[in-house]
Amino acid sequence: MLTILFDGIAYGMLLFVLASGLAVTLGLMNFINLAHGSFAMAGGYVTVLLVNRLGVPFLASLPIAFLASAVIGFVLERTLYVHVYRKSHLDQVLFTIGLVFMSVAAADYVMGSSQVFVQVPASLQGQFDISGIGIGRYRLLIIVICGLLTVALQFILAYTRFGSRLRAAVDDSRVARGLGINVNWVFALTFAFGSGLAGLGGALGAEILGLDPTFPLKFMIYFLIVVTVGGTSSITGPFLASLVLGIGDVAGKYYVPTLGSFVIYTIMIVVLIWRPQGLFSRAASR
Amino acid sequence: MTVALETINLVKRFNGIIASNNVSLQIAKGARHALIGPNGAGKTTLINLLTGVQRPTSGRILLDGEDISARSTHERVRLGIVRTFQINQLFNDLTPLETIGLAVSERRGQGLDWWRIVGSRPDLVTEVVEILERFHLTDVIDKRTAVLPYGKQRLLEIAVAIACRPRVLLLDEPAAGVPEDERHEILAAVAALPSDVTVLLIEHDMDIVFSFADRISVLVNGALFVEGSPEEVARDPRVKAVYLGEELADA
Amino acid sequence: MLPPPIAIRVATEWLSARARWQPLEIVFWLGAFAAIYLLPESHLILTEIAWLGLFALSLDLILGYAGIISLGHAAFFGLGAYTAALLAKHEIINEPVMALLVSGLVAMALGFVTSFLVLRGSDLTRLMVTLGVALLLRELANRLGWLTGGADGLQGVTIKPVLGMFRFDMFGHTGYAYCLTVLFILFLIARRLVNSPFGLSLMSVKGNPLRSSAIGISVDARLIAIYTVAAGYAGIAGALLAQTTSFASLEVFSFDRSADLLLVLIIGGAGYLYGGLIGAIIFKFMQDYLSVLTPQYWPFWIGLVLVVIVLVGRERITSWTTPVRRIASHLNWRALAHRIAASSSERH
Repeated sequence: MLTILFDGIAYGMLLFVLASGLAVTLGLMNFINLAHGSFAMAGGYVTVLLVNRLGVPFLASLPIAFLASAVIGFVLERTLYVHVYRKSHLDQVLFTIGLVFMSVAAADYVMGSSQVFVQVPASLQGQFDISGIGIGRYRLLIIVICGLLTVALQFILAYTRFGSRLRAAVDDSRVARGLGINVNWVFALTFAFGSGLAGLGGALGAEILGLDPTFPLKFMIYFLIVVTVGGTSSITGPFLASLVLGIGDVAGKYYVPTLGSFVIYTIMIVVLIWRPQGLFSRAASR
Repeated sequence: MTVALETINLVKRFNGIIASNNVSLQIAKGARHALIGPNGAGKTTLINLLTGVQRPTSGRILLDGEDISARSTHERVRLGIVRTFQINQLFNDLTPLETIGLAVSERRGQGLDWWRIVGSRPDLVTEVVEILERFHLTDVIDKRTAVLPYGKQRLLEIAVAIACRPRVLLLDEPAAGVPEDERHEILAAVAALPSDVTVLLIEHDMDIVFSFADRISVLVNGALFVEGSPEEVARDPRVKAVYLGEELADA
Repeated sequence: MLPPPIAIRVATEWLSARARWQPLEIVFWLGAFAAIYLLPESHLILTEIAWLGLFALSLDLILGYAGIISLGHAAFFGLGAYTAALLAKHEIINEPVMALLVSGLVAMALGFVTSFLVLRGSDLTRLMVTLGVALLLRELANRLGWLTGGADGLQGVTIKPVLGMFRFDMFGHTGYAYCLTVLFILFLIARRLVNSPFGLSLMSVKGNPLRSSAIGISVDARLIAIYTVAAGYAGIAGALLAQTTSFASLEVFSFDRSADLLLVLIIGGAGYLYGGLIGAIIFKFMQDYLSVLTPQYWPFWIGLVLVVIVLVGRERITSWTTPVRRIASHLNWRALAHRIAASSSERH
């Protein structure tokens, strides 16, 4: 059972890294970006290409995946997304669904429609056995990397100047602008960073989540659950939500396989009825 | 004196701030009662509590003796307590004809009628046109609300409230934001309100208050500070001090 | 002091102007019915356009008129489809029109139950909840394979003749006439609904819910009502699909369906009832054309169309599809307004 817990934690932390960018974009710009999964997919495919075809070491491919997705995110943000910020939520939904469809078809065209796997180095395969608990090496790596990222994120937000500018811009962008904070750059950099994180998550997750062109569609609901249940006003909210979701999904599929994802969707609906603003967010000030 | 609207020890607290502090107000039937006070005194919060937009932390609200504290906003409107908003809240894509038509049809209980075409009841249309004439809106009857001049929108705001045939009408700064040349129409409309409607007026403009009100309550920091006839309130040195204090603070 | 009779008459005409049948509408429906006789070789695609148009119409009721953004409208569509297919397969109800009505009622029941979920929360919450319900149903259909046929779909469905008289054929002749008739009847009902006081109250709720409740409208009750009706319409559309193809599969619940539906409605324009129908026509022809060119990658072009529509601006797109209506109504309105204003000023 502890193995399940361990796997669930790994899955949850991976979800957190994947979804954190979405949480920030939503909280920051009140923008519903359903295409977030596409950036994750991009990172995953970059890693697959680097490791499988070019022989780049796995660990080295991770930062490259991050950068690639961040760059794509930055470019798209400055060229396309920026025109859609002021539009209605319906427009944002339509726009990002359009991007998802385009990215899914593009991935299909370029990479083929079958699932691909990363050639994970031997050192990361298999598991340790610690007092009866199977600790998968790959999953351990995920926990370590994601854990470090979470701490780093919290640190950046709470203790750096960029972090305080970001928090100011989230709380009230008009006032932030008035204070001389270049809100546009904050948005662009944050979006790029969030996309990069998604790409990193995609790279890490390819092995355990499975990577194919329908990735953005399959996992869209998971990211959305993390963000709506966890709320967007802190790091801890989505973090806890991801853990709950990760453990719940793994445990659910193991113990009650006939129900599968049923459990997740039901929990989500119940939570949203009970607390529409999310389980962990403070009351919205706006 | 029959009391039309009464609050009993109304308190509203949020996040440690007391927005309404033990407000016990009695408004006589048919009165022209004004509520004044410096900015941030809690006047709009009080209106929100009276109309059900916000729930009180404690205290009760009675309409013609009936406790309405637990009723929702739309239920209160049906019971006869209607408000206007300080910043226009109108239906931008509907015309004044449609807006008043909607209010009247809702009041008549025809809101759930999904079969009859709007406008097929002549008695309803008569009433709608009559209200529009009273508020001098017939020249813009067919225009989308969004394109109307601000003064006309403000008139429409009041007309919509009247179309609901309220027992008690809460006017939240009716002349706010209206340009000088359009103010007289608003003031005339307010002065011409039917005498059987009880009116609670929130205003900053003292000229309007003194020409219109027969009773004034002063709200400061969420609590009722002074209450009396216009002459009594005008003479009261404490009232002057509160307003002067505000002016000094602004300077 | 009563206003003069002429002002009242004019105001009445004005209020009911929205509800008057415009010439273009009559042309549209005459054309649609004429196609039964004049375009027999296109009946298969026209059948698809008919139920897709009905499905889009149901979304228009909640999105265009009540402002609810739903990513899971396929839930009701799929439920209607499976209900109709199961009723036929197990010979519980043999006559298609009866089965259609029952499927619609089942979907309405689901709509009623889930309507409470869309009352609270932000746009994002509603999106999530509607999506969640659709995915949940899909998962349920997947798991209950013994009932639904699971991933393979429900096989072995035979549909008996409509009203006992009109047999379904493989060219879609009966299918088209059947779907078009159902669509037309439901359209008429929807048309009355949106032009009624209830419909006007929906538009007010969409435009300013705060103001609506301030004139005594119970916003929640209205939304529940329209959501339920729209769910019923979607369910009937799904049942039409099942009955004309004798098949139902999991993808009736899929996100793709809900997303395509949004596109269909947006192409045609939301908020005037014909948007869904026009959008269905455009979408189907687009799909037909593009799937010949690029069968596998046609989602790419759909996505591109969505992105372009949003960037260009939805209002600009839809204004192209209703130019004549606008001109006609403008002329009407100006004339009426002048007459009312003139009659009032005469008396002052």
